[in-house]
Amino acid sequence: MSTIEHTADHDHHDHKPTGITRWLFTTNHKDIGTMYLIFSLLMFFVGGGMAMVIRMELFQPGLQIVDPAFFNQMTTMHGLIMVFGAVMPGMVGFANWMIPMMIGAPDMALPRMNNWSFWLLPAAFTIMILTPFMDGGGPAFGWTFYAPLSTTYAPPSTDFFIFAVHIMGMSSIMGAINVIVTIMNMRAPGMTYMKMPLFVWTWFITAFLLIAVMPVLASVVTMMLTDRNFGTSFFDAAGGGDPVMFQHIFWFFGHPEVYIMILPSFGLASAIIPTFARKKLFGYSSMVYATGSIAGLSFIVWAHHMFTTGMPLAAELFFMYATMLIAVPTGVKVFNWVATMWQGSMTFETPMLFAIAFVILFTIGGLSGVMMAIAPLDTQYHDTYFIVAHFHYVLFPGAIFGGFAGAYYWLPKWTGHMYSEGLGKAHFWTSMIFVNMTFFPMHFSGLAGMPRRIPDYSQQFADFNMWSSIGAFGLGLSQLIFVWMLIKTARGGEKAPAKPWDGAEGLEWTLPSPAPYHSFSTPPKID
Amino acid sequence: MNDRTELKAKNRKLLLRLLSVVAGMTLFAFALVPIYDVFCDYTGINGKTGGQEEAATDMQIDGSREISLDFIAMKSSDIKASFHPRQSKMVVHPGKVYLTDFFVKNDTDNPVILQAVPSVSPGLAALMLHKTECFCFNQQPLAAGEEKWMTLRFFLDTEFPEDIHNLTLQYTLYDITGKGETGAVAAN
Repeated sequence: MSTIEHTADHDHHDHKPTGITRWLFTTNHKDIGTMYLIFSLLMFFVGGGMAMVIRMELFQPGLQIVDPAFFNQMTTMHGLIMVFGAVMPGMVGFANWMIPMMIGAPDMALPRMNNWSFWLLPAAFTIMILTPFMDGGGPAFGWTFYAPLSTTYAPPSTDFFIFAVHIMGMSSIMGAINVIVTIMNMRAPGMTYMKMPLFVWTWFITAFLLIAVMPVLASVVTMMLTDRNFGTSFFDAAGGGDPVMFQHIFWFFGHPEVYIMILPSFGLASAIIPTFARKKLFGYSSMVYATGSIAGLSFIVWAHHMFTTGMPLAAELFFMYATMLIAVPTGVKVFNWVATMWQGSMTFETPMLFAIAFVILFTIGGLSGVMMAIAPLDTQYHDTYFIVAHFHYVLFPGAIFGGFAGAYYWLPKWTGHMYSEGLGKAHFWTSMIFVNMTFFPMHFSGLAGMPRRIPDYSQQFADFNMWSSIGAFGLGLSQLIFVWMLIKTARGGEKAPAKPWDGAEGLEWTLPSPAPYHSFSTPPKID
Repeated sequence: MNDRTELKAKNRKLLLRLLSVVAGMTLFAFALVPIYDVFCDYTGINGKTGGQEEAATDMQIDGSREISLDFIAMKSSDIKASFHPRQSKMVVHPGKVYLTDFFVKNDTDNPVILQAVPSVSPGLAALMLHKTECFCFNQQPLAAGEEKWMTLRFFLDTEFPEDIHNLTLQYTLYDITGKGETGAVAAN
């Protein structure tokens, strides 16, 4: 088809509507990506505010600020909002913005569905955030909503929580389908699978994980719903059900879910580190296979979350070894990042700083994960602050630092302006210091036996908790620097060239900055 | 133009395929429930004891082995009833049939229907505990203030694992009044 024909074909899209209707009805991947990212940032602050309440209460032993019932709602909502509202939509935002530009596609494959999958999210989270204001309070059973706490003993608002999970599950599934269809059908001619940037690869695999496990999450909350309202006994021992089965089904979803959150960040780090090391990514194909192996293994390790439910030795051994096996492909990735930096001409702009911190701190979280995989020791760690330290290390300086790195890296492409390196570095160093101050002491309080999700603690944990709380307040405030930087960059600043990073490679840098509303209407040439 | 319609058809086809994966995984999640039950029936690892009213046939009493058996009676938090075993501990020989009973009293002013659900730990020994008669096989209707002793007759399998010397049999009592016959317990 000729270029002229093609342009004519697109003509009616080029008058983009203005005002609110532009955002409500948009099918443009860049608009939708922006909305996902802003939504994710908003949820990050809502969930972060809840974390501040938790840390205020835990500043000193004793009960000072909130009552335990509210504290439980805070821990629950903090987890749910951060997992489903901040990290996942944030990564979908990156996928929307970058995948079409990276594979030379004009847009996502299913643009209308793309619009729908975004606009379901505000609906889901409005319902979710309203639950604490309902009679009996919001969900207070932890983000893992174990039965029977979430069935027999849960407040009435739990049914709204279930509905919210259904809606956001639909959103995630549609987002994932869109990513898969885009990657499989929309690649520019010559863009073979093994030429795709690693971010595209990690999202491709993440999307398969999503369509495999989000239906399981939807099913398990449906079982909760019927147990609560329609007299079934899936998880009720009195009716022949089994509450432990809830944990099996939940973690069958839950473990792949943790890789859903981290794999896109692996992709972001793999895009950024080679740019600022000015070397090609070391071991590209091994990175692809490692990501695939991690995803595959994630389906057979779920019961390592449940060692203390009592399982036969053989099962403990199986899940222990399978879990440890994941350290192998993860180690491949970490060593590849280090090898990429090795003897590179490195510079330390903000994206690179966040990416390096990501590699180091994610590795700390990964290693504490290997410690917990050891079944006999897990009995000691289970439900302590050691677990809290572990998953915050892989999520905050892991997934979220990856997201920050990606945001600084592509902001010039998105806005057409260079961000302020001073603000970026201030954001990085404050975050880096405070994230460790918040979460590192939790390793010690956890090993000493401090249980998680409890608003009060014994005197011996007082110092560790005060450190954690001060760190958390600092960490929360540091994120305001990010918002300030974002607003400043969006409004103006030094004009960004098409390729602001001299070591960068990839199709997105062949487009001008800011990226035009419609890009790659004719597929680019790939060598 | 042809390219575009072709791509649309291709996208649509893939979309439907992926949606069928989603549907398949939903079915799989629900299939996990019977799979879980069958797996646990077969291995006994969730502490549920084997089928109902097993006959005690043709057994040799293994007097050389002594296994200490603890009985625990628990109530779900929402019921008002008294529930405890006559003996909290027994020393038993594999192969020999024993008889004991549990006391239950309805502490409310209303008639209730109670159901006891057993759990054995360690779970691997659950299938080696055979009951020839158990109050947990039936729902227990109790009039207001009624009390009674409920019978349990059981024996341990002669192939009881060598390395297990202590066994705990726990009953949890639930109020199933008004939940109807359909709420009957599947596997006691």
